[in-house]
Amino acid sequence: MSVAARFALAWPGFTLDVDLDLPGRGVTALFGQSGCGKTTLLRCMAGLERGSGRLAVNGETWQDEASFMPIHRRALGYVFQDARLFAHLDVRRNLDYGRRRAFRRAASADSSRRDAIIDLLGLGPLLERMPERLSGGEQQRVAIARALLTAPRLLLMDEPLASLDHARKQEFLPWLERLREELDIPLIYVSHAPDEVARLADHIVVMDAGRAVAQGPLAETLARIDLPIRLGEDAGAVFAARVAERDAEWHLARVEFAGGELWVRDNGTPVGREVRVRILARDVSIANSRHDDVSILNLLPATVEADAAEDHPSQVLVQLRVGETLLLGRLTRRSAQRLDLAPGRQVWVQIKAVALVG
Amino acid sequence: MFSPSDLAAIWLTLKLATVTTLLLLLIGTPIAWRLARTRSWWKGPLAAVVAMPLVLPPTVLGFYLLLLMGPNGPVGRFTEWIGIGLLPFSFGGLVVASVVYSLPFVVQPLQNAFEAIGERPLEAAATLRASPLDAFFSVAVPLARPGFLTATILGFAHTVGEFGIVLMIGGNIPDKTRVVSVQIYDHVEAMDYAAAHGLAAGMVAFAFLVLLALYLLNSRGRKS
Repeated sequence: MSVAARFALAWPGFTLDVDLDLPGRGVTALFGQSGCGKTTLLRCMAGLERGSGRLAVNGETWQDEASFMPIHRRALGYVFQDARLFAHLDVRRNLDYGRRRAFRRAASADSSRRDAIIDLLGLGPLLERMPERLSGGEQQRVAIARALLTAPRLLLMDEPLASLDHARKQEFLPWLERLREELDIPLIYVSHAPDEVARLADHIVVMDAGRAVAQGPLAETLARIDLPIRLGEDAGAVFAARVAERDAEWHLARVEFAGGELWVRDNGTPVGREVRVRILARDVSIANSRHDDVSILNLLPATVEADAAEDHPSQVLVQLRVGETLLLGRLTRRSAQRLDLAPGRQVWVQIKAVALVG
Repeated sequence: MFSPSDLAAIWLTLKLATVTTLLLLLIGTPIAWRLARTRSWWKGPLAAVVAMPLVLPPTVLGFYLLLLMGPNGPVGRFTEWIGIGLLPFSFGGLVVASVVYSLPFVVQPLQNAFEAIGERPLEAAATLRASPLDAFFSVAVPLARPGFLTATILGFAHTVGEFGIVLMIGGNIPDKTRVVSVQIYDHVEAMDYAAAHGLAAGMVAFAFLVLLALYLLNSRGRKS
């Protein structure tokens, strides 16, 4: 079960050259700055751009040196940045457009699936509306449902949140998270927003200048300090944890992860629930001994794994191991020298802020 | 108020305009589609050829069409060979001439409409399992509806309003090639100004209504 994609394409001033083997289920983020080729790669997978190479989706070859399956024969769902609903059709007929074509022979066989998807994305009240009367977030929900209703074997999303303002994004993200839990096909998700990636992805491909410069499971890859592409202020670790306790007096929750526990702001997540925790490198500081006389709540013993120079010559990025979990911390080079940080050294990390990202 | 020959001319004009408009939509749509979507070198030359009737005097077009469709022209030989005879001075000849003459009035609004739609909805249709032909009929044509309305109205109206090319290709044969504009010319020649007024005023009213309808359709299309 995998998505094998190898593409090469040369335009004036841009070349795409990737060879990827992506997991056959779960969310893979194609991450990188604009112009790095992530959308072009997605369009190649769909057949919307004609790159030379090979694409096989869970064993079915869609394209290789000898053959090119036309877009409309590929069992894919594509969600564009701009929802691209058909302006002349209402929501119901937009949803039916792909479904009717995908199920020409068994048109009625999937009506329970259709209702489930309409329900999953909360589209029931919108069915009779025309696209122009929908908000941006509603349009994207219709676009996702429209793609899902063709029963795709590969779902491709090109920055579906990019055209939404902050409030709409917050309203839309929970729908995407629900979808992620229900989905049993690979979803490839293009994004340049680290917070979306932290929240949604299981696997990440970091792209730069038309190449994949790093790929792997999300937690592992984000905690690497040798990434050629710098995340800057967004550098940080993401890992899984479980809510173990909720403290009613202080409105805090205790979450456990492989290596320790953290106190976080209680956002109402029930005890026992799996959550994702994100700790930015800039919110981590390091001490050689334990200090209890500081305001910081989360103190963890850690081992220095590695360090790397940052873009600005005053900064270094340090990779720290807490149990089985890797964290990143950013500090000045001067502090690093004063603390005599070197791989293998035992330290205490002080964590200023922890975010639960879903 | 209209004489029988006036009514015959009106009927012939409407028949000619209807047949011409239908043919123009059939011929003009694929041309407009290609022009809207190609980036090939021949786009410019083809667009220029399509637009030429806008600037050429009808006499020039009529002259060359006469030569082409005459007994020594390639089209004329062909029509004789397949057994339908020669086209000049027949209704068929008028239709051919009208199609050529009104082509830009149909192609340009359609081309504009197709260009305004762009690639995006068609890409979306392709990812939803629509073949290119399917996407053309289920997405491009409905989205280009205002363009088709404009093209139909302009093609029809322009055909109703032609004179020079009709006279050169069709002559002035009652019930076969004598359309309203020619009939008015006859009335004026015969100093029958009252009869000329009847038809001419009708044409003025027709032109006004057509252009008003176009304006209203366009402004409504912009609002929605």
